[in-house]
Amino acid sequence: MAGPRHISVSEASRPVLPRHTKLRFDETRQVWVILAPERVLAPDEIAVEVLKLCDGVRSVGAMVDQLAVKYAAPREAIATDVIAMLQDLADKGFLTEAREKTS
Amino acid sequence: MSEILANSKTDPGDGLAALEARRSPAETFGIPLAVLAELTHRCPLQCPYCSNPVELDRAGSELTTEEWKKVLTELAQIGVLQIHFSGGEPTARKDLVELVQHSSDVGLYSNLITSAVLLTREKLGALADAGLCHVQISFQGNEPVVADRVAGFKDAHEKKIKVAKWTREVDLPLTVNAVMHRQNLHQLPDIIQMAVDLDADRLEVANVQYYGWALKNRAALMPTLKQIEETSRIVEEAQARLKGILAIDYVVPDYYALRPKKCMGGWGRQFFNISPAGKILPCHAAESITGLQFESVRSNHSIAWIWQNSEAFNRYRGTAWMPEPCKSCEFKEIDFGGCRCQAFALTGDAGNTDPACTLSPKHQEIFAQAEREAASDNNRFLYRNFAGGTLETGGEHGA
Repeated sequence: MAGPRHISVSEASRPVLPRHTKLRFDETRQVWVILAPERVLAPDEIAVEVLKLCDGVRSVGAMVDQLAVKYAAPREAIATDVIAMLQDLADKGFLTEAREKTS
Repeated sequence: MSEILANSKTDPGDGLAALEARRSPAETFGIPLAVLAELTHRCPLQCPYCSNPVELDRAGSELTTEEWKKVLTELAQIGVLQIHFSGGEPTARKDLVELVQHSSDVGLYSNLITSAVLLTREKLGALADAGLCHVQISFQGNEPVVADRVAGFKDAHEKKIKVAKWTREVDLPLTVNAVMHRQNLHQLPDIIQMAVDLDADRLEVANVQYYGWALKNRAALMPTLKQIEETSRIVEEAQARLKGILAIDYVVPDYYALRPKKCMGGWGRQFFNISPAGKILPCHAAESITGLQFESVRSNHSIAWIWQNSEAFNRYRGTAWMPEPCKSCEFKEIDFGGCRCQAFALTGDAGNTDPACTLSPKHQEIFAQAEREAASDNNRFLYRNFAGGTLETGGEHGA
């Protein structure tokens, strides 16, 4: 069955794009797009960078650490922005949580 | 993050508008984000509101597997991102898995728009393995008596429920499409619950649009104004209650709207579809407009050339073609004058203002006629088929 519909994004979450949501570069329009059922989204640069980190293994906390170093920005501010953005995507069904390993 | 929507039914390409926001809405006609591929007009169902043209393409005229694959490759190359496989019934094509696999190979996001009655568990699994991204199943009601009568197909409803469950079992996202009209509007609350129970992601509550087969069946299908007001209330309540559980898209019947719908996002602006025989059309009903010549993928022209340069696409593109009252209307870049097919069907000239608009000189007359039909007790269907339609038999007809 499908993953949980309602995920609550926290620093411990390990988000991943569901199988039916694809992040890809649109060569024709030279922009990154998210392809989802009946929808095409055009994420901005920051969102693309964060989404590329959503591999279902890395935690949100680890992503925030990485981005805070890269942009030499306060960790708190980055965490707030990243969680809000990921939660928004999750609410729309474009992001899910990696399932617990059973083995 | 900017959300943009590319929905082939209600608004086929706000996505494109957002991606090409530098230009005025009237000028935007870059390659569409999504294209509808009508693989065949063959269909086991006989729904009286079918959106296919009354003159259906015969099996012998359908594009071959190799032709479709070439088309899919070309679409991906020119910048189309999503392909909607539709019909008729797309699963009536034996090569559907191959075409879905080819779409995946060339990077197209694929969506299957199906009546579901021909699908098996194995076929659905094969489609998922080939990379199918989304399934949309049409429902004609929430239980077999009404649903099978509308579909003109025995046990259709039961099969659809089964396929919808399989869809979720193979972890494909599911949209339930419910076409609503006078014979099934009373089931709407139960249809919404059915979509929730089926674990659908999305529900389209689409009131019938009256051209082609539906126009022939308007007297049996047209709801009353009171029913529409009740429908809107039910949908709004459900949208609020089911936020985060089920997304509900709602298409109002344009006869009862004040302004016409922005049909196809504007003629030749954000969308095209490909007919079973390979014609490139501004919408799936466009062939109903006589006098327009549509180019085929079998011609010497590229798809991009046809989209950009063919006479049929340019005829009603933008706003320059508009007569009054559209020409000086402040809404002309919002609704682009409504639907060309409806203008043709109801006024005989596709270049007229869509009579759904209250500013159309024809509006009062047509609205009054629709109201009379809605109040009539003519509930007999003309079922859709290749023979030009078959009248429903028997004395008592639903309602």
